[in-house]
Amino acid sequence: MNNKSNDILLEMRDIRIDGYSDDRWHEIIKGVDLTLRRGEILGLIGESGAGKSTLGLAAMGFARPGCKISSGSVQFDGMELTDMSENERRSLRGSRICYVAQSAAASFNPAHRLIEQTVEATVQYNLQSERDAKLDACGLYKELQLPDPDNIGNRYPHQVSGGQLQRVMTAMAMSSRPDLIIFDEPTTALDVTTQVEVLSSMRQIVEQFNTAAIYITHDLAVVAQMADTIKVLRYGETVEDAPTRVMLSDPQEEYTKSLWAVRSIQKQPSVSDDIALEVRGVDASYGASVKVLHDVSIKVPRGRTVAVVGESGSGKSTAARAITGLLPPSKGEILFNGQALPPALKNRSKEQLQRIQMIYQMADTAMNPRHTVRDIIGRPLQFYLGLTGRALDARILELLELIELDASFMDRLPGELSGGQKQRICIARALAAEPELIICDEVTSALDQIVQEGILKLLLRLQEELGITYIFITHDIATVKAISDEIVVMFQGKVVEQGSKDEIMAPPYPDYTELLLSSVPEMDPDWLTNLLSKRAS
Amino acid sequence: MHPILSTIIQRLGLGLLTLFIVSIIIFSSLEFLPGDFGQAVLGQAALPETVEAFRRELGLDRPPVERYFMWIGNVLQGDLGNAFSGRNASGVDRSREVWAMIEPRLMNTLFLATMAAVIAVPLALFLGITAALYRNSIYDRVVNSVTLTTISFPEFFVAYILILVFATYFKIFPSLANISDDTDFTEKIYRSALPAMALTMVIVAHMMRMTRAAIINLLASPYIEMAELKGVSKSKIILRHALPNAWAPIVNVIAFNLAYLVVGVVVVEVVFVYPGLGQLMVDAVTSRDIPVVQGCALIFAGTYILLNLFADIISIISNPRLLHPR
Repeated sequence: MNNKSNDILLEMRDIRIDGYSDDRWHEIIKGVDLTLRRGEILGLIGESGAGKSTLGLAAMGFARPGCKISSGSVQFDGMELTDMSENERRSLRGSRICYVAQSAAASFNPAHRLIEQTVEATVQYNLQSERDAKLDACGLYKELQLPDPDNIGNRYPHQVSGGQLQRVMTAMAMSSRPDLIIFDEPTTALDVTTQVEVLSSMRQIVEQFNTAAIYITHDLAVVAQMADTIKVLRYGETVEDAPTRVMLSDPQEEYTKSLWAVRSIQKQPSVSDDIALEVRGVDASYGASVKVLHDVSIKVPRGRTVAVVGESGSGKSTAARAITGLLPPSKGEILFNGQALPPALKNRSKEQLQRIQMIYQMADTAMNPRHTVRDIIGRPLQFYLGLTGRALDARILELLELIELDASFMDRLPGELSGGQKQRICIARALAAEPELIICDEVTSALDQIVQEGILKLLLRLQEELGITYIFITHDIATVKAISDEIVVMFQGKVVEQGSKDEIMAPPYPDYTELLLSSVPEMDPDWLTNLLSKRAS
Repeated sequence: MHPILSTIIQRLGLGLLTLFIVSIIIFSSLEFLPGDFGQAVLGQAALPETVEAFRRELGLDRPPVERYFMWIGNVLQGDLGNAFSGRNASGVDRSREVWAMIEPRLMNTLFLATMAAVIAVPLALFLGITAALYRNSIYDRVVNSVTLTTISFPEFFVAYILILVFATYFKIFPSLANISDDTDFTEKIYRSALPAMALTMVIVAHMMRMTRAAIINLLASPYIEMAELKGVSKSKIILRHALPNAWAPIVNVIAFNLAYLVVGVVVVEVVFVYPGLGQLMVDAVTSRDIPVVQGCALIFAGTYILLNLFADIISIISNPRLLHPR
């Protein structure tokens, strides 16, 4: 992040972009200015719907179908993109401005080998012969620390992992040695441990070729590692612009401060010996051969929160499925209030079912889109408690009040609710059964920071008032720190560690816990640099 | 063994099983056909004893299960049996082998089907791809509505219109497509031009629309946007990025239509008096010549199964996830 010139590469002035929805055009970017020098990295942050990607694509003179750049100027290296013909604009893409997308798995064409896709733009513009471009691509793969760099390009996208694909996509963007790369949430879909590797190789390569970049993300800690300056967007308008260090140490706007609000929730952990649920030596497998859980034992104290953490594929959600009986364990037992639960869901009594409820990550798909809120919350009330008529309505109202929504929500459909409201309805549905234990499976992962904070506060309040026990499955360490009493660390289907939050979060750590905890980005621009030098030593 | 090979073998096995089940269905549905060959040849006035004797001679008095196994056993040895027609109650047997009757007709049908396919498949792909490329343009709309119009008219209507235009007003092609073994190749093509055109018009729309829809369906994929952001041109996006992923649905529709060209063309054959398999089968049904009907039906079923098998195999091969497992 040095060697900056004052030579301006990209200058966007008063950009306005309209999007078409509900049969009319809405302004989604409302007059944003942006300046980028050669070799500079600009972090663009904001919540979903803030217009980050739309603005990033506008820097390429591109608008997604259903969007149009209605006014403003985009000057790239002295050329006015908005005055160019579509063909002239196209000839800049892939040669001088490149794009790295969020979901690498979806952004690679499944029908072609990686190397063909890596060099496609370079060869198309005759920047290099196909042979040279491919040799160069292997070199880039090596720079990006991909395994077997000479041969990995001959694979198809489905044959490599998500983190590797993300790096191949960076190589693809780098192949034509562009002046500018737009990184659009490139690490959002990755596990924290993978994210560190991808971030460091991306940062190294843009530095090496002195490429300018716009780095789009919703994660302030990530952008702090990458960017020289940060721009905060909200509702299509600039909230604040500042150099990274200034922004982190001295944010001016309330909104900017609230972006890391979730990190400010701190629950005072408390310990209890009254065990509500005990998972004892459970093995579980999908089909006959794929064993996912190996001898998993977890103790869940009554009225407390046990956070289960681990990367994707570590068996967290499978453990939840075993507890609920959706996936009967092949070995071991599950004790609830000291009594063994029948392994399979269909053998459990209504009363046993009522005591354990579940909330899912995707509130969207966990609700029938044709049912109103009344139907959704009313169903468990009728099924478990036999409520009807006025008593039913009264109870639905009480539950709505409990989740801080008013009576006007009763007759709405899920499609008319925001993401946070949908998750609240799911919480109310779980509460309706009057359970003792609620399993929360990544319930805040799909939500923006501020909404996450609201949901977590609600869950904490409900625990205080109703004494509910939670098993909280997540990969997000910040969330774990915020709400847990006890922590279970899982890795490759095994429990690595279980203990109180203070024990787990304090050294000495077992190797895996150390790797996991140290990989969580911190709000410190030197964090990645320090971490890498520490790991190297 | 490569997983694809085992999948193909598995599909082949399933195809044979299907053919076996179809043979049972063919046989039993013919059992339900009212009347029989004996009755049909001898007429209403025949004495019951005469009919009975004739039935015995043809073997129709034996139980159906026994007859089925005799028939299928012979088929497995490549013998479709002898036709009923050519025999009569007086014991004179001038019947021909079923295969000898079917073979020239089958060749004619395959000739016509191939000719129509050679015109229709590339035409449909070309129209589908260009319509996807210029979607919602005037060109797209014209192609869509013209092909929709041709598929909406009944086949015989299309056939008669073609005769009216190309044989009556402009005397370019003959209206009767009477070909035989000794017709030479170019003459065959010339005489079959009108039926081939009629068939083309009937099947192009279906294949063209599927090609267009399958490609457009993929244009919303993130990897297509990625290609756009790499500056890939519109035509290359369709040919290089969308089409290779669209083969599976397209090939299935092509197979469906090719099968139709073999098994479903009887109306067009009748209009142009083309000596194909469809006509033979219809005549055989009318005269209750069961062995011929069975033979034709079995060939039709086999064609259908085989073409669908090809479609399956091509869609498997076009999917790199299956071709190159992890």
